[in-house]
Amino acid sequence: MGSATSDTPASAPTARGRKPLTDAAETGLKIVVVGGFGVGKTTLVRSVSEIRPLNTEEVMTQAGVGVDETDEVAGKTTTTVAFDFGRISLNDRMVLYLFGAPGQERFWFLWDRLFSGTLGAVVLVDTRRMDDSWYAIDRLEHHGTPFVVAVNRFDDDSARHSLDEIRQALALPEHVPLIDCDARVRTSGKHVLVTLVDHLYQLALAQESTP
Amino acid sequence: MTRRPVDTGAPDRLYTVTGGRSRADDSFDLVTLVVAECQPSAGMQSEHVRILELCRHPTAVVEIAAELALPITVIRILLGDLLAVGRITARHPRLAQSAATHPDTALLQEVLHGLRNL
Ligand SMILES: Nc1nc2c(ncn2[C@@H]2O[C@H](COP(=O)(O)OP(=O)(O)OP(=O)(O)O)[C@@H](O)[C@H]2O)c(=O)[nH]1
Ligand SMILES: [Mg+2]
Repeated sequence: MGSATSDTPASAPTARGRKPLTDAAETGLKIVVVGGFGVGKTTLVRSVSEIRPLNTEEVMTQAGVGVDETDEVAGKTTTTVAFDFGRISLNDRMVLYLFGAPGQERFWFLWDRLFSGTLGAVVLVDTRRMDDSWYAIDRLEHHGTPFVVAVNRFDDDSARHSLDEIRQALALPEHVPLIDCDARVRTSGKHVLVTLVDHLYQLALAQESTP
Repeated sequence: MTRRPVDTGAPDRLYTVTGGRSRADDSFDLVTLVVAECQPSAGMQSEHVRILELCRHPTAVVEIAAELALPITVIRILLGDLLAVGRITARHPRLAQSAATHPDTALLQEVLHGLRNL
């Protein structure tokens, strides 16, 4: 069969330093990091990932669903959306994938299709461009995907809004955790993830106790 | 991350790789872990060979896509081929595809434990 790639060296899997999972790995989990351009999504993924963030893409129609997929191959209505991801081996059996993806309105068809079944989401906010976050928050609430909001503090952010001010500005309900972070710092990135999963745990506890 | 020149989603290339098919096997989630059940054999399509080599150890669909620099949809089609002839097995995620129900507390505790030990 004609295909573009010719012979593949046996070392291909490790050519880019990709560390394989253990053979016992059986459960993949997903967390999504969403936010506006340049807010630090890739930086956050990189700071906690055990592999260098990898980039991949999906090709789909603008309409997203219910469109004849042959159109994609014909190349008439296709859109390519790139997103990056990192990985954390939680134990021998469980591996968590973190996806960094743009939060702008025109990318949401990607979210609905690719990120179903996620544990939850982190909305990364830059206080200098808070407008970029509204759509993501609105959409996650609508979708019923649990999330936390992390404020990535940039050095040249002179305003230093307090978390309370930010909560107000985002019209964020009291039950949604809101924290500060520095996406470049591993312990900070880890704290963001722990905050999210702890939040999910509280939600699951509440659900289990109401039959 | 910069994108590599081949992953422009150029329809011609995708058409060639998939033999003109466009309907992907939706059972493959982004984080479905794929395991090769055999060695590549002579005459196999080069993408199938690469997938079997990568998946000597469990490998997520999204990692296969990144390594082969092909869109997820194309990878799902290629994986469907291999699954149909028993050359791979798939370990699908346990989580329901709907956001309506939360995952169970036991699972979340395991996740928390793993994260705290980082
Ligand atoms: N000072 C400071 N710089 C940061 C922080 N986080 C990220 N940056 C820088 O901001 C720039 C953008 O960060 P990225 O991680 O690429 O942002 P992104 O959200 O992935 O960007 P796009 O994918 O292009 O939308 C990079 O130059 C980072 O080094 C932070 O917490 N503080
Ligand atoms: Mg990025």
